[in-house]
Amino acid sequence: MKKLSTRRRHPLAAVVVLLLALAATGGLYAAFAPASKAQADESAQSLAIDEGKKLYAVGCASCHGTGGQGSSDAPSLVGVGSAAVDFQVGTGRMPAQQPGAQIPAKKVIYSQAEIDQLAAYIASLGAGPVIPTKNEYGPEGSDIAKGGELFRTNCAQCHNFTGKGGALTHGKFAPSLEGVAPKHIYEAMQTGPQNMPSFPDTTLSSKNKKDIIAYLNAVNGDNTESPGGLELGGLGPVSEGLFAWIFGLGALIAVAVWVAARTAKAKKS
Amino acid sequence: MSSQDIPEENLPAEQDAHGAVSVADEHDPFADPGLPPHEHRVQDIDERAAKRSERVVAFLFTVSMLATVAFIASYVAIPHDKAIFVFPIGHINALNFALGLTLGVALFTIGAGAVHWARTLMSDVEIADERHAIEAPPEVKAKVLADFKQGAKESALGRRKLIRNTMFGALALFPLSGVMLLRDLGPLPGTKLRHTLWSKGKLLVNMNTNLPLRPSDVAVGSLTFAKPEGLEETDEEFQTEIAKSALMIVRLQPDNIKDKRELEWAHEGIVAFSKICTHVGCPISLYEQQTHHVLCPCHQSTFDLSDGARVIFGPAGHALPQLRIGVSDEGYLQALGDFEEPVGPAFWERG
Repeated sequence: MKKLSTRRRHPLAAVVVLLLALAATGGLYAAFAPASKAQADESAQSLAIDEGKKLYAVGCASCHGTGGQGSSDAPSLVGVGSAAVDFQVGTGRMPAQQPGAQIPAKKVIYSQAEIDQLAAYIASLGAGPVIPTKNEYGPEGSDIAKGGELFRTNCAQCHNFTGKGGALTHGKFAPSLEGVAPKHIYEAMQTGPQNMPSFPDTTLSSKNKKDIIAYLNAVNGDNTESPGGLELGGLGPVSEGLFAWIFGLGALIAVAVWVAARTAKAKKS
Repeated sequence: MSSQDIPEENLPAEQDAHGAVSVADEHDPFADPGLPPHEHRVQDIDERAAKRSERVVAFLFTVSMLATVAFIASYVAIPHDKAIFVFPIGHINALNFALGLTLGVALFTIGAGAVHWARTLMSDVEIADERHAIEAPPEVKAKVLADFKQGAKESALGRRKLIRNTMFGALALFPLSGVMLLRDLGPLPGTKLRHTLWSKGKLLVNMNTNLPLRPSDVAVGSLTFAKPEGLEETDEEFQTEIAKSALMIVRLQPDNIKDKRELEWAHEGIVAFSKICTHVGCPISLYEQQTHHVLCPCHQSTFDLSDGARVIFGPAGHALPQLRIGVSDEGYLQALGDFEEPVGPAFWERG
C-alpha cells in the first residue's frame, strides 16, 4: 500500500483511477443489464416490440402515458391485448382526433406492419386478447343461420337486425357494420371497444363469432341481394314511415288536386 | 289541344245574357252572386275531341286489362328467388317487382281512365239543389202519433199481462248471453305476473352456448344473456317463460357498484338484471360498458346498472329487477331465489 500511496501524486495517477473506474462500470453493466437484451435482440418479436415502442412514444404516449398506464384523457392499455390495438388503429379510430362522446372510425394512418409493431408492444405490457387468425374469422365451416340467431340475441339491440347501426345515449352510437373487415368485427366482439360490451370466448365461442361474421356477410355484404329493393337505410319503421308520409301521401294529394282541377275550356282565340 | 282547330260554328256565343246576377251594393251587401256562367269544354262542342277522349279512356282500360294478364303471367313465369337490378331501386326480387308493378298499373289505369272519362266526357254543367226545412208538417206528425196510439191499443199490451211480462223477461235476459261471453277475456292472471321460472338453485344457462355459466366466464365489460336451467327453445312455453325470465348478465368492478343491495346480490361483481324494460316490456340490452348504462330502444328509458339499475332517464317507472345470484357446489352461477318484485311493466295490482 505504501508503494501506491507514494505514487498517488504521480501525473498519470488520475488517468489510472479513471481507467479503473470505467472498467468497473463497464464490467458491472456487462454483467447485468445487457445480458438479456443482447439475446432478446435476436428475435423478430422483440424487434417489433422496440419499433412499436418508438411508434407508441410518438403517436400514443401523449394520452395513454409513456408506459401505457393511461391518464385522465385515455384508458390504460395494460392487458388490452394486440387484438384491441389492431381494431382501434386498424379502423382508424386511434389515434383519436379529438375527445368526444365517441371516437369515430376514420382514415387509417398506420400501415399494417406498423400496426402489428404497435400491437406487439402493447401485448408486451400485459396479456390480453390476441389478433385472430384467418381461420378463426374466415368463412369456412360457418353456420349462417346460427349466426343470425346469435346476432339477434347479442348484437341486434344496438347494431340493428342486419348491422345497419343505431343510436345510443348522449351522442354515442353503434356504427354500421357494412364494409367492416371480418377480422375487425371479430376483434370488436373479443375486446369490446369504447362503450361496446365485450363477448369473450368464454361466453361467445370462436365458432359463434365466425357464424356471426358469416351472417353479417350474408345480410349486409357486397353481394347481398335485397328482395325488398329500396332499403331506405334499413332503419325500420322510422324511415319507411317518413317516406310513405311524404312521398306516398304527397302523390295522393297531387292526384286528388289534379282530379278536382278545372278542366280545359274551349275559348275563342 | 288548342282551340284553333275547333270549327267556328261550334264555338259558344259570347257569354253575356246567361249570367243575369244580382250585384252586391249598399242596400244588399250580401246579395247572392249566383253561379258563374257555364263554360264549355272542347269535348262538349267538338265531336272529334270527344272521340279522342273516348279513345284515351278506352286505351287506359285496355292497359289495365293487359297489366292484369301480365300479373298472372309473371306470377306463373318468374321464379320466386330471381333477383334483378332496377335503377334507382337497386337489387330487388324480380317476382316482387313484377307483381307490384303490374298490379299498380292495372289499378292505376282503371282509376285514371275513370277520372279522364268524368273530366272530359261526362256532363260538367253546374247544378244547384235548393235545401228545404227538414221538419215534418203538423198533419204528418199528428197522423204518426195517432197510428202509434192505435197500434198500442190493438196490441192489447196493457190487458194481456202474461204476454207483456214474459216479453220483458225475454228482453231482459237476452243481453246476458253477451255478458257471458266477456268471460273469455279472462281468466285473471292470478300471480303469474309476479313469478318467473327462477327459483333457488336454478343454474344460469348461457343463451349462446346452452351451457351453465361459471363466474370465470364472465369478464368485466362483457355482456351475456342467460335463461333458467331446464328451459329449452323447443319447449311449447318457451316464449311465454323467456318473456319473463330473460336475464342480462354483466360484470362490474365491485368498487364501481354504488348500490349496497346490488353489491350484496351480486357475485364477485357479477350482476344479473331482468332484460325486460319496466316501462312497456321491450327487451332492453343496449348496454354501454364504460358508463354502465342500459338504454331501452323503444322509449329511451335509461338505467344505471352500477346503481341498482335506477332509472336515470325516460318514462320507465321502476328500476330493473335484480336476480340474487351465487355459486353452486359445482362452481356454476345459480339463482338464490325468484325476482323479489314483478318483472316488466307495471300493472294495476302491482303496488
